[in-house]
Amino acid sequence: MRPLTYAFAAGAIALPASASTVTVTIPRLNVAEYHRPYVAVWLEPQGGGPARTLAVWYDVKKGGQEPGTKWLSDLRAWWRKGGRALKMPASGVSGATRAPGSHAIPLPADLKPGAYVLNVEAARETGGRELVSVPLTVPSPRGGGAGKAELGAVTIR
Amino acid sequence: MKPRFLSLLAGAAALLTIPAGVSAHRMWFLPSGTVFSGTDSWVTVDAAVSNDLFFFDHQPGRLENVKVWQPDGTPGQLQNGATGRYRSVFDVKLDKPGTWKIGSEMSGVIGSFKVNGEEKRVGGRRGPPQPGAPAPLTVADIPANATDVKLTETISRNEIFVTAGEPTTTVLKTTGRGLELAPITHPDELVAGEAAKFRFLVDGKPAAGLKVTAIPGGKRYRDAEGGMDVTTDAQGVATITWPSAGMYWLNATLTDAKSSQPRVTERRLAYTTTVEVLTP
Repeated sequence: MRPLTYAFAAGAIALPASASTVTVTIPRLNVAEYHRPYVAVWLEPQGGGPARTLAVWYDVKKGGQEPGTKWLSDLRAWWRKGGRALKMPASGVSGATRAPGSHAIPLPADLKPGAYVLNVEAARETGGRELVSVPLTVPSPRGGGAGKAELGAVTIR
Repeated sequence: MKPRFLSLLAGAAALLTIPAGVSAHRMWFLPSGTVFSGTDSWVTVDAAVSNDLFFFDHQPGRLENVKVWQPDGTPGQLQNGATGRYRSVFDVKLDKPGTWKIGSEMSGVIGSFKVNGEEKRVGGRRGPPQPGAPAPLTVADIPANATDVKLTETISRNEIFVTAGEPTTTVLKTTGRGLELAPITHPDELVAGEAAKFRFLVDGKPAAGLKVTAIPGGKRYRDAEGGMDVTTDAQGVATITWPSAGMYWLNATLTDAKSSQPRVTERRLAYTTTVEVLTP
């Protein structure tokens, strides 16, 4: 996947060498009607426990009869795991939907050592929905996974 | 509600008053969804009576007995109600976060007695009210010289739960009367492959050994009904593992003799709900 290469470069430039970064790739899709997906990225302790949302990309500026928050529950795994408890927009977490390509999200520096699962869920209007889960350990988190349809590579470096 | 709307409803079919167990026809509510995000959500609900779930091909549900409970337990508003030939439809604006309850509770006494050898019926008959027909007899109309008095009390509930934002439990509180659902698993947190635990209560006490039937929608597109029967344990808990995602019609009926009404010897209880099971 072509976008990956420059994503790593971007991550390396934007962040100090010591910080860990999650890179989420949104694939470019050749479809007649394309809308950028809603994406949620969150961490859960390996053995279960409260989820910590790292990023939610949705239609933050949509107003009128159907505000962008109306479709957040389409990210159904995230919604159930704790998305529904977040007040939107959430400072430092929510943002606008992203274009196809790779996007870097810093892992929080205050994570307690232990085993976690990083989840990335994407849901696209007139499209599909996909969840990619990647196990990781803190400190020195490393890992990767990939989606088949709505998500590309997900890496932790 | 506007008076014109009410009169329309009064003309609609009266099948909701069918006592439990008398007809195989199923009364159902079908919400457009059960899990909602955002602050301006609406749920729209179909109400109908039919054999196959969830196809409206027989009679519409009656709306005048449908009530809405807001997440804090106070009455909410049913809007845009309309009754067609085969179904009724209405909206509820979910303008408060939490779990809402929408449904109806029907209760009454039906039966028969004899006066001078002639049998007379107590309670309404099936079907829409007939213009010009005399009002149905009530228990109070039974004369002192009546013989062969056979009376049955019926209490049936049909209710659905929808959640805006985080699920809450205020509307899940039971009344202690009749057959009720006291869910352990929240009815708006059902996922395919996961077991849900639903406690059933009779007059507030665990309904042990109760048969609970769960039937998935979409009957037209398969051969078998595809229903599951689950029996409650000693604590009244039915454990249902959902084989796949979709809308399910849940029903339990019970007949006993524990009526609080005078002269009533039999009691028929029914509980019905529609739940949505999501994909993991």
